[in-house]
Amino acid sequence: MTTISEATIDTLRFSTAGSVDDGKSTLIGRLLYDSKSILEDQIAAIARTTSKRGQEGLDLSLLTDGLSAEREQGITIDVAYRYFATPSRRFIIADTPGHEQYTRNMVTGASTADVAIVLIDAAKGILSQSRRHAALAVLLDLPHVLVAVNKMDLVGYQKDVFQKIKTEFAAIARELGVREISFIPVSALVGDNVVSKTVDAANNMSWYVGPTLLEFLETVRVKKTTSSAFRFPVQLVSRVRFGANQDSRGYLGRVESGSVHVGDQVVVLPTGETAKIAEIITLEGNAESADSQDSVTLTLDRQIDISRGDVIAARFKPPRVIQSSDKFRGNVCWLGNEPLSLQRKYLLKHGTRTVAAKIVSVNSRYDILTLKPETVTTLNTNDIGELSIAVAKPIMVDAYWENHVGGSFILLDEATNATVAAGTILAETSDV
Amino acid sequence: MSFIDSIIPAGFSLNKKKLDAAGTAHSEQVGARPALSKHLRWLESEAIHIMRETVAETRNPALLFSGGKDSIVMLRIAEKAFRPDRFPFPLLHIDTEHNFPEVIQFRDKKVAALNEKLIVRSVGEDIRAGRVVLRKPDESRNVHQTTTLLGAIKEFEFDALFGGARRDEEKARAKERIISHRDEWGQWDPKNQRPELWSLYNLRIHPGEHVRVFPLSNWTELDIWQYIAHENLEVPSIYFSHLREVVERKDMLVPVTALTPAKTGEAIVTRSVRFRTVGDITCTAPVASHASTVDEIIEETLLSRLTERGATRLDDQTSDASMEQRKKEGYF
Repeated sequence: MTTISEATIDTLRFSTAGSVDDGKSTLIGRLLYDSKSILEDQIAAIARTTSKRGQEGLDLSLLTDGLSAEREQGITIDVAYRYFATPSRRFIIADTPGHEQYTRNMVTGASTADVAIVLIDAAKGILSQSRRHAALAVLLDLPHVLVAVNKMDLVGYQKDVFQKIKTEFAAIARELGVREISFIPVSALVGDNVVSKTVDAANNMSWYVGPTLLEFLETVRVKKTTSSAFRFPVQLVSRVRFGANQDSRGYLGRVESGSVHVGDQVVVLPTGETAKIAEIITLEGNAESADSQDSVTLTLDRQIDISRGDVIAARFKPPRVIQSSDKFRGNVCWLGNEPLSLQRKYLLKHGTRTVAAKIVSVNSRYDILTLKPETVTTLNTNDIGELSIAVAKPIMVDAYWENHVGGSFILLDEATNATVAAGTILAETSDV
Repeated sequence: MSFIDSIIPAGFSLNKKKLDAAGTAHSEQVGARPALSKHLRWLESEAIHIMRETVAETRNPALLFSGGKDSIVMLRIAEKAFRPDRFPFPLLHIDTEHNFPEVIQFRDKKVAALNEKLIVRSVGEDIRAGRVVLRKPDESRNVHQTTTLLGAIKEFEFDALFGGARRDEEKARAKERIISHRDEWGQWDPKNQRPELWSLYNLRIHPGEHVRVFPLSNWTELDIWQYIAHENLEVPSIYFSHLREVVERKDMLVPVTALTPAKTGEAIVTRSVRFRTVGDITCTAPVASHASTVDEIIEETLLSRLTERGATRLDDQTSDASMEQRKKEGYF
């Protein structure tokens, strides 16, 4: 049912989590600088700021700390997106702060990532923060975790230090359930193993034979777990006359998983009516098929009442319909400033559908270091836990581990309009 | 691997050039137009998805159109998202009246060709009505666009504005969400942004507030030009190299116009230049260039060692945080 595709990708999205203390900003700055992605006026600007602060040379961390508050305080507050490319791949970095109070920013950055880079300071060893980053990667089902053991220059480039961290952290990752993990010893400050192997003649890490950080990112094969079943959440309905059929309506949306061909048998949910795909319309003309992630307009071979929020899906592999007043289990990261309330009504956005929802129970909170469940009655900002949620109208879902789009949702506060939680749907069947 | 090879990103190849008798470069067109690269196809589809979500979840959106290259791509995305319907929103131009005439001609031609509605609100009107007070008569009107923009939002009760801003342009933009919430004063609070996960966008607002929506957030300058090339989109002529009278000032080439005359003692020279951005004539500088086709611009962009805004915007360099400050106050 689930196909694991190892498709060659030309754009790799990765997230980095860590604080200035870990040298995260320096690492990203080094990656951009050594891969020649930094342009002259940016270099000049950070040189000016570095010397204004009475320091020498280039403080590469200044490249990524964008907001003035961040520069004043020397910390990263929010998610910053960076773009660079090499001859083999394009990269989108979601650069996020590492401290616990920024868990929600980390979750935001990691939600779209293929690889999470976890930074460990070689001099300090494994901190609770490193465990938290790996735990978040597991909760969001990221295909790969890359551990960059940084500041190797501070520990005399000793192989033993790297090996010890690697052994310990590999055990933690197994326990947490990390899908795939790799380790690279680096010095972001000096540049060793970031873009090129060893930068000085001393060849300090000749014992390390693996790829550099950039080589790794250029070649890593990402096993994305995406169901091959066709899912098309309807965004808008157009009443303009399409093609030959006078009465046909156009359904605007994006193929979120699987693919669709003219003539395919589909089911429209939640009504359960069936039809065949009549046309796949694009600005360039009609297409025979559309692939996952293509935005198109579909028409069907017969008239069905369809509105925004409905899902057109593969007839023989439909998503699960959570009926009105039914409930489902989900893991959430609580993002709101106010604690979760069992009394209140929230809005749940899933796909293109927004419905009223109530949190029926807080089943557990995960210890963010071990992912062991604890019994609690509510969740506070940055907590991660399992909930049972009831919905006022049907939603069409997949389990998150099978289909990230069909299995993800957000909760909104009706009064403040804030996004208060991000969630992943747990079970495939109604086993609440 | 040569230097050029080493910086050409994945999924891109330079067109083979051949020189004709006059020594002019021409792109070799062989066969049909190639399919959009996987990367651009994903960016295009994401932008369409964002535009449709916004139209579905807001009451009264508008699309900011300046005649610049990013907003030209935005119009193409709108066509892909909504044709054969008409756009479910008007276009809005915040006019500084300090325009390059070629850009305004282009704007009007483009709007007519699309048969869509264009609303123009002008900074000059706000100056004449006393809502904007200038310190010097010839100062840049870029920053004053904020007043006019917020006035238009209020006048038409827009609750969502599509903009063509990209995160690679500037470091304050790098931290901005795709859906960027603005309070009733039009202010952006960078430290209190809504978390934005997967492609689930929160477009809910209170009365009087609005959202800025940036469907091209994940595009780079190079992506924009490659897309313009692939879609064969027309852009204003000042993006291509032309001969222009300029003076050299602060490492920049400043165009000599009625609004920006040469200062005493400055030497006026004629150079082959092109604009990388189009904006207020008093603060937009061209770069030296011989790129006369989109393919040549792409090649030049690949080789450029300066960012788009760094090379051409006289107003972004005032301080390291000047864009952030303007954005907080309601700028684009």
